[in-house]
Amino acid sequence: MSEKKFSKQHEWLTVDGEIATIGITKHATEMLGDIVFVELPEKGKNVEKDGHAGVVESTKAASDIYIPISGEITEGNQSIVDNPSAVNKDPEGGAWFFKMKIKNKSDLDSLMSKADYDKFVTENPN
Amino acid sequence: MQTQKTILYNFHKNLGAKFVPFAGYEMPIQYKDGIVKEHISTRESAGFFDVSHMGQLFLSGDKALENSLEKIIPLDLKEIKLNQSKYSFLINNKGGVIDDLIITRTEKGFNIILNAACKENDIKEIVKCLKPEHKYDLKNDLSLIAIQGPKSESILESIVCGVNKLKFMNGNHFQFENKRIYITRSGYTGEDGFEVSITNSKAESFTKLLVEKGVKPIGLGARDTLRLEAGLCLYGHDLNENINPIQANLKWAISKRRREEGGFNGWENIREDLKNGASKIRVGIKPLGRIIAREGTKIFSSNGEEIGVITSGTFGPSVNSSVAMGYVKSEFSKINNKILLGVRGKKHDAAVSELPFYKKSYVK
Repeated sequence: MSEKKFSKQHEWLTVDGEIATIGITKHATEMLGDIVFVELPEKGKNVEKDGHAGVVESTKAASDIYIPISGEITEGNQSIVDNPSAVNKDPEGGAWFFKMKIKNKSDLDSLMSKADYDKFVTENPN
Repeated sequence: MQTQKTILYNFHKNLGAKFVPFAGYEMPIQYKDGIVKEHISTRESAGFFDVSHMGQLFLSGDKALENSLEKIIPLDLKEIKLNQSKYSFLINNKGGVIDDLIITRTEKGFNIILNAACKENDIKEIVKCLKPEHKYDLKNDLSLIAIQGPKSESILESIVCGVNKLKFMNGNHFQFENKRIYITRSGYTGEDGFEVSITNSKAESFTKLLVEKGVKPIGLGARDTLRLEAGLCLYGHDLNENINPIQANLKWAISKRRREEGGFNGWENIREDLKNGASKIRVGIKPLGRIIAREGTKIFSSNGEEIGVITSGTFGPSVNSSVAMGYVKSEFSKINNKILLGVRGKKHDAAVSELPFYKKSYVK
């Protein structure tokens, strides 16, 4: 599995062959507060880079989940639908959101490394 | 207008508060624990809320003060005993709610607790009803600290002896570090609790003691989830100048004598709705799916007719489900009536629900 990459919309992504696993970052969960509902994209759905698929509802607000790359959704993480608070506890581990089949590997080039993302967050705290 | 701070601003900051602008004040929305934990702490133990942004208006005068205030407040003020508190409203000429409030009889007249966003305008409206000999004073030298939750009595009793004798919606004077403070047994969370009116110079030392005794700081976020579970209205959302108390399903907050005799602003409209029922009415709403119906969400009947709008909606941590309130056409207001909510382009199942969502535990 690849090192984690990050988007400006605060998603993280790892790659294993053709499949990417996507979740939201710890920083995102800190901004959202307590997550109470998660709506995931349907399996088999084709999604475009920067489009949105799914929603996170926290006690404060509803936030769209953005898709960092184009491709087809292959699996959603039902455990976070059943237990949304897991996203606050382990956002960059067990509480991944969905897996997808990567359409264009070149989409990955626009994503940030951990160091670049941390810098991005420091410069754009909100 | 420059944003104001309460006297406890730095104290909140040191407790890890995140601030948001609210009604012209920088107020804590949450602390380190976050909204859900703060909510649960209040329900299971005790939490404190800095509500010093709210207006503490003191009115003094002779017997005629009651008559003057009864023009704008639909309570039987003659019936309110010394140190007794009542929930009610200021009413405009159309019967709409200018603000909701808690009024308490004092030795010299009345004390009214007003919403922060409304207090300046409220005073203008109240003054219109007063006689020249009536005096009014919006006290900026007082802070207001609410302590809410099942442990609030025992903890507050250990700081201020005698508060355990207070009955719900009653107050009295007490002593704290040689200063006179005024405490009422009241609050807005659906829990037993107290509101402490205290001189600004003692607010921090008092609150510090609460924290040392295990009372958690609670921000506006949890204040909102707590009051919504308790079925209580938030002014500017569930109540406004175009909604009358009958529509708001708050008929009980108009005293019996006033419901019969009227004699207050907007009486014609209110009498009409008392007699024939309001055309729209506030109800509790439970979304059945995994959605939150936030303010502004449209409400539809099961056959798709638009019948109303959500005025407050959140996730209720103690009832562990989505909860909301809104106004629907009266014919759709029956408990358990199936309705639909338009959220993100889809219509989601919901039901009209009894209020409160969470059962109160007040000490009578």
